[in-house]
Amino acid sequence: MSMQAEAPTLIGSSGDSLREAFGKALSSLADEFKNVVVLDADIAGGTGVHHFRKSHPDRFLQFGIAEQNMMAAAGGLAAVGLQPIVTTFAVFCLRAVEQARLSLAYTRRNAKIVASHPGLDVGPDGGSAQALEDLAAFRAIPGMTVISPADPVETALATRAILEFDGPVYMRTGRSPAKRVFGDDHTFEIGKGKIIRDGKDVTIVACGVEVARAVEAASILSESGINARVVNMATIKPIDTALLKRCAKETGAIVTAEDHNIHGGLGGAVAEALAQTRPCPIEFVGVRDTFGASGEPEELATAFGIDARGIVDAAKKVIARKKKN
Amino acid sequence: MAITLRSIQGDADKAQPKPVRDLESELAHAARFVRQHVIASIYRATSGHPGGSLSCADLLATLLGAEMNVWPNAINDPARDRFVLSKGHAAPALYAIGAYHGFCDRKQSLNLRKLNSPYQGHPHIGDLPWVETSTGSLGQGFSVALGMAMGLKLQRNPARVYTLLGDGELQEGEIWEGAMCAAHHKLENFCAIVDYNKLQSDARNDVIMRLEPLAAKWRAFDWAVAEIDGHNIHEILATFRRVGATHGRPSVIIAHTVKGKGVPYMENIPAWHGSVKLTREQAEDALHALGANHKEIKDYLDVDAS
Repeated sequence: MSMQAEAPTLIGSSGDSLREAFGKALSSLADEFKNVVVLDADIAGGTGVHHFRKSHPDRFLQFGIAEQNMMAAAGGLAAVGLQPIVTTFAVFCLRAVEQARLSLAYTRRNAKIVASHPGLDVGPDGGSAQALEDLAAFRAIPGMTVISPADPVETALATRAILEFDGPVYMRTGRSPAKRVFGDDHTFEIGKGKIIRDGKDVTIVACGVEVARAVEAASILSESGINARVVNMATIKPIDTALLKRCAKETGAIVTAEDHNIHGGLGGAVAEALAQTRPCPIEFVGVRDTFGASGEPEELATAFGIDARGIVDAAKKVIARKKKN
Repeated sequence: MAITLRSIQGDADKAQPKPVRDLESELAHAARFVRQHVIASIYRATSGHPGGSLSCADLLATLLGAEMNVWPNAINDPARDRFVLSKGHAAPALYAIGAYHGFCDRKQSLNLRKLNSPYQGHPHIGDLPWVETSTGSLGQGFSVALGMAMGLKLQRNPARVYTLLGDGELQEGEIWEGAMCAAHHKLENFCAIVDYNKLQSDARNDVIMRLEPLAAKWRAFDWAVAEIDGHNIHEILATFRRVGATHGRPSVIIAHTVKGKGVPYMENIPAWHGSVKLTREQAEDALHALGANHKEIKDYLDVDAS
């Protein structure tokens, strides 16, 4: 197919994590977006906003280790015309979901939540720190846009996009050094998925760190003659239903891949969209309704079945189901 | 003081000139209006929280009638003071004082808790832009108000931010997160008022979860603390003037109040926390006790508010 020539091979680990990419981008965009203020709960070094703290100390607001107050206070900052960026770990966003619901979403505030340390990608800190429920929780809030960029390049672009966007957003970054998927010519638009490798036998729909693994899985699948399409679905809400319908029609089978519980995240969003428009067999790659554990991110991905091999297995399974239909 | 005596008179008073009342009488008049409106709207809704709406009437009347710079025809003016009803279940009292000062319609705001009415059971900015934020989950309004104060200070905007807290609300951990934060950031433009009526949903505060020593707690968090009689308008007025001059610290006014104040059969009875259904007889008794005459009572309870 025509896009096959453009199919990316992984550019390799850039050494930059998504949190670093976010922190640097935010700092460099701050002079352009003068109403931006950054809220921190004593983990600026962890979330990447230490760059902003250094470059714009007067717009860096310290809340201490008190996320509920921070989340709701963002609503007040937005109410007086500032654009608050709430930053903490994804797991601590969970403790302030209700504040985000009432004081940011119900009130339609122009506030952004940027969460680092999602999923098994957290690694050695272990199960308590690995948020595997955040996409589901924030996706369930009316009016909340939910984004999970794939690599440092896309994270920088998404950072600009959320600052330009008017309304509440939850965006995931990531803790560990991330593989680069995209070149410098990459573009990002909220609400749009993108076919990054074309194929006809199955579509792998992925977000976050799973996009690099999906690309790797597609290469492995091609060795056994399976032609897999890969979609980078960086916006989980609103989901790109038009693209999903097209992929269901053209490939007849879907695999979703996310560093998140298989319930309620990307897989849930894709299944909901297709069940109502163009049903087709779907397999879900994600953490299977359990908690994480300590280990290095790649070890954990293998142990929990969300590495490239896990995606390959799911692709083969869903293709077999397609043929049975 | 942008809410002038002119606006306090209300529409009905404009028709025939009346003797000019002094400020405290004006505020007492507003508080009485709030209480009557609260009873009428809750009766018509067949649910709602009368006890905590009645206990804060004098505080709200004084705040919006004399202390704050707010203008019903300029609800987005950046220079306005902000008020957040953190104890969102006292929405009927907020709608009543709003109606009194022309932020909303006196009749329509009787249409409480009904489908397609903007006067929801708890205030929602999406329906009523003048309520500043949506509340109803205890603790959050306090943090939102704190965020406003922080933002205004950052913008060098001299406007002040006020928030009314319930006493049971102080059991939320978020309140003490915010208390620490407001003092740390020296938010002298931030004033919290505690409607300390001693009762919460199920029972007395000291049965559910003890708050005392309450003033000492706020002092320990480095707030400027005033403790007053929340039904004494003279004292409320004087206290607002005093805390307005506080430097380098947020201030809290612990206002001792009576739950259900003004309606004898409700006073100090936890059952009237709500959400309750008032019978016609109860509503009439309450309005009568609050000084409404026969015609006013009939209007309140029967007028078409849609």
